[in-house]
Formats: sequence, structure tokens, C-alpha cells
Amino acid sequence: MDEEYDVIVLGTGLTECILSGLLSVEGKKVLHMDRNDYYGGESASLNLTQLYRKFRPGQEPPTELGRDRDYAIDLVPKFIIASGELTKILVHTNVTRYLEFKQIAGSFVYRDGRISKVPSTEMEAVKSPLMGLFEKRRAKKFFEFLQGWRDEDPATHQGLDLDRDSMKTVYEKFGLEPGTQDFIGHAMALYLDDDYISKSARPAYERIVLYTSSMARYGKSPYIYPLYGLGELPQSFARLSAIYGGTYMLDKPSDEIVTDSDGKFVGVRSGSETVKAKQVIGDPSYFGAGKEAEGGKIRVVEDGKVVRAICILKHPIPGTDDSDSVQIIIPQNQVNRRNDIYIAMVSSMHKVCASDIYVAIVSTIVETDRPEQEIAPGLQLLGPIYDKFVSVSPLYTPVSTGQTDNIFITRSYDATSHFETVVEDVQDVWKRIVGKDLVLKKRDEEGEP
Amino acid sequence: MSKQFQFKLVLLGESAVGKSSLVLRFVKDQFDDYRESTIGAAFLTQTVTLEDQTMVKFEIWDTAGQERYKSLAPMYYRNANCAVVVYDITQSASLEKARTWIRELQRQADPSIVIALCGNKADLSARRQVTQEEAKKYAEEEGLMWGETSAKSGEGVSDIFTAIAKKLPLTAAPSQRAGGTRGAAPGAARAGVDLNKQPSTQGSNEACNC
Repeated sequence: MDEEYDVIVLGTGLTECILSGLLSVEGKKVLHMDRNDYYGGESASLNLTQLYRKFRPGQEPPTELGRDRDYAIDLVPKFIIASGELTKILVHTNVTRYLEFKQIAGSFVYRDGRISKVPSTEMEAVKSPLMGLFEKRRAKKFFEFLQGWRDEDPATHQGLDLDRDSMKTVYEKFGLEPGTQDFIGHAMALYLDDDYISKSARPAYERIVLYTSSMARYGKSPYIYPLYGLGELPQSFARLSAIYGGTYMLDKPSDEIVTDSDGKFVGVRSGSETVKAKQVIGDPSYFGAGKEAEGGKIRVVEDGKVVRAICILKHPIPGTDDSDSVQIIIPQNQVNRRNDIYIAMVSSMHKVCASDIYVAIVSTIVETDRPEQEIAPGLQLLGPIYDKFVSVSPLYTPVSTGQTDNIFITRSYDATSHFETVVEDVQDVWKRIVGKDLVLKKRDEEGEP
Repeated sequence: MSKQFQFKLVLLGESAVGKSSLVLRFVKDQFDDYRESTIGAAFLTQTVTLEDQTMVKFEIWDTAGQERYKSLAPMYYRNANCAVVVYDITQSASLEKARTWIRELQRQADPSIVIALCGNKADLSARRQVTQEEAKKYAEEEGLMWGETSAKSGEGVSDIFTAIAKKLPLTAAPSQRAGGTRGAAPGAARAGVDLNKQPSTQGSNEACNC
């Protein structure tokens, strides 16, 4: 450990591992450390022993759940949106060679006390109980408008301006009912609350296009998922980094961020050793998250909380046609909340649990001081729950850009259903570290022809 | 037409025992005295043709240095069909390390994995610290294959890979095995989605991406 590095990366969450992989490919000398003896940090997938060690210290997992090694339980419920930015990074870095993906079988939305499938084909749309006949015609015109939109062709604009007009104006133009707006804004644009309605229509337009193009890509749902759990993603980028010379140390505590008299980063102390580097990247937990500021330095602040309940089921979720994997969105209006409740479920088809077991995670942004009660509408949809692991995670965000002290801190994993904000964070940190935009280059094919 | 099978092979062993050199000799028939640790290769492939013309293609994964601080990811062992655990015959401590890796494999890998224990640097027998008897006895006790190699001279290298190829269960339908990207358990059909596929070519999305 006596060498000097270009970058030390602390924590092996997905954000840190993507950065580590990309920086190593770029030729930077990277040391990547994690205090845990497993990869993934807050975005890890745990086996039963690790899960119980985390949530129920001292308690053994019940033997009836089967073999420990069959489990890879995600801590953060997210899926990969097929046409999104993470897919691009996976393809460009070629880490897809280490991974296998499966579709998520269906996406459902809760309305008036029951769940319905988000239509994935025109046939399903025609039959869907989500809209009445006339509303379907209006919605069809709305989607045709979005699909036909060309920035440079005013004839496709129908008198609307996506940048100046609000989404409210667009909805009104097509006369869409509030229930349909809920469906479009929450089940397709995947907004967690209704703030978008009063803002410029452009981002909502882009989100709907992302959703529909992702849906069109593989057919059943807009989402794909890596076999053996989301924890495979950080592992695959860590391998990319290692292949390009990155050094990995798990089970290695970071005891101090050492700075000089100007507050600039010098190195990381672990025990009695201090490793030096020009820059440091890390997740908030390595920079005083959740602790009183040490040495008077506050580097991250809390920006809300997410409640997540990992639920082990012995049956598929009722009302989902026995799907092996689903997303269910409960729009906030439906349950008198400000933020949506999400359910993400996977099963043994994704090699994340023993056969006949289903793992569902119910989550939402915390609004009250009784977070577990807030997810009750989601839990009620699951049927009997065999076991449940509830956690409330603060979302941390860095207070400085790192440009003056060479300390670059990533953000916590938010409540969104996919990884697009994770990639935004990667792009943001990359720009701050390297000084230019992240441009993905196709890696040379070595090894495999 | 001859049958072709593909298997994932993982290399294990202490740093500097010659894991990468062994593969370089096997795959490219080259040797480099001052080889630094592996950079840039995700995995290498090499095909062994058996006497009955069966072709066994190895997808060989190197540790990429992640073994140095005990930081190999579970992904590394995942779906490995066979493993070559390397020690250096001139360093008795490296055989101790090999034992640790074999225990790790027995814990993490599929129970049906074929493991070969490989004593490398056989060209340096003047400095031998590990006797053939000792290593062989241990291998027999654990039910492992065993052989000595010299990546430098090439001695024993293709022998050990051929021996592994013969021991692998060649029972899967060739069409499912050959060209599969990941070494799934023999016989398992690849049913995933291919991210490299363009959105316009819908319909055949359950096919493999070879």
C-alpha cells in the first residue's frame, strides 16, 4: 500500500464501480477500497447470511428458505430501463460479457383499489380497463402527438411548445382526465410526485419517449434485470477496472480522510497506513454521513429519506397473472400521498432466491415520522408475507463539488425505479474529476473475438 | 460435423505463481520472462480437440489481480465449470495458498466443478520446495486432478487442459453450449436478452448473441 495512486475510490456501490472502471480504462491508477467484505455497498445483493447479519445480527436464517448460495437479495429496488443510459454504458464498456439479463415480466399500476397491467401492446391497450373508450381515443391522439414530434418541424407541434408550455397545458390540449394524467405521469414518465405538471413539458416528453422506446425494445415491460441480482452490476465494473490495472481491497476500513492545511485531499488512512492519491471518490458513508461533523467539516447533508421493506413471499403477487417479476406503481393521488409507492418483485427465474420464493421490495419517500405505515398500501397488495426486513435510509448529497479539495462524493441511491439518476451522478462526478464530459468509446475487443 | 462444447475455466492461485503465463502459453504459445500482471484481457479462449474430434472451447478467466487482497467477486466463480489452481513448485507457501483457494472453490463454486491442481515452474526443479509426492497425495485426498507444468518451456501445459477437457461432462446439446457467452450449467438454455441488439430487430430477442 506504499504506492501513490491517481484516484482512491471508497465504497463499491454501482456509482463508484462505474467510475472506477471508466477511470481505469482511461489509464488512471486506481485503488478501490470497501469496508465490507462484499462488493456493492448500499447497492449490493446479499445472500441470506449477509442479509441476516445486516438486519438481524445474531439470528440464523431459517433453514426452510433453502441454500444460502441461492440468494442474492437486492438492498435497493431498481430495474434497468432498456433504452436508458445505463444500458449504453453496459454496452460501450462491454461488461455485458460478464452479465446475463432477463426481462421484467410486467409493469402494473394501481387505480381505484385494484392493479392493472400497463399496456405493452396496442391489443392490451384496447382491452385495458384503465381508460374508457372515449378517453382511449384522446390518449391515442396524445401519444401520436408525442411520437410525431420533431423539433425542426412546426407542423408536428399542433400549436404547442414543449419548452415554454407546461405539461398541464399539453394534457388540457388533449382533454385527458386526471386518472389518465396520473397514469401517464407516474406509470410511464415515472415521476414520483406531481411537481412536473406545472413545469415545462419537455422533460416529461423525454421520459415518456424513454418509456415507450424501452417498452418496444423487448416487449413485455420496459425493464431488464441482471441474473443473480443487481449486485452483479458493480462486480462487473469492478472487474473492468481490475483488468485495466485497478487495485481492489475489500474488508478494508477507511479511518480518516487526510487533508493538508488548506483542506485539500492528501490520502486515506486505514489503521496505521496512509495511502496517498491526487483525488478521492466515495459514497457519502465514507465522508461522515449520519455522524456529527468530525474536525468541524460537514461534507454531506441529508436530503430526505426512503423507506424500503424487503419482503419474502412464497407466492407471486396476487392479480399479476402469476408474473415471475413485476413493477407495481401506486400513484400518490390514489392513496392521498405526495410521493408514489413502488413495488419491485423478482424471483428464482432471476436466480436471486430459491425456487417458489418471491422477493418484493416496497418503497417510498418518507413523508411522516411513521414510515412503515406509509408503505402499508403496498404491503397489502402482496398477500401473506413470510418475512419482512424494513429499513429507513437517509439520502445524502455532497455539499461541495470537490473542485477545490479534490474530494468527490457521490449521492445515495434515490427512490426512482431505475438507474438513470445513478448514471447522471456518474456523469456529474466524471465531469468534476476529469474536467470534461463523459464520452463513451467502444472498448477494443481483446480476448473474445 | 464435430461437436463443440464451451466451458468457463477460472484460474486461481497466489500472485506470481504464473497463472497468466500458463494461459499465455496455452492460448498463444508464448512466454515472456518479465510479464507484468495482466492488463486489458477480459478473458481468453482456446479450443482443445479431443481424439473423437469433439471440440472443447475454454473461456478462460484470469483473476486480474483481484485475488491479491482477497477481493475476488462472487461473479468470478459463478457458473465456472472448471478451475486450475496454480502453485509454484519452488515456493512451498504457494501450495498452502492453493489449499485455501480450493477450500474457497468448494464453498463458492458449483459442486460439480472440475478442479485441477497445477504445479508451475517445473523448469526450476533445482529449486524445488514442493515434492511431486506431497502435491499428488493432497490432490488425491481432495479428488482433484494434478499435474506439473512449465509455462516457460511449455512442458505439461496442453496436457493439463486436455485432461480437464476429457473430464468435463460433455452431455449438453452442442448447439446450446457452443458460442454461449456465459458458462451456464451444461444443458441450460440461454434465455436472456441481448443488450447489443438494435431495437429495430424485434422478435428474435430470445436468441443468443453469438
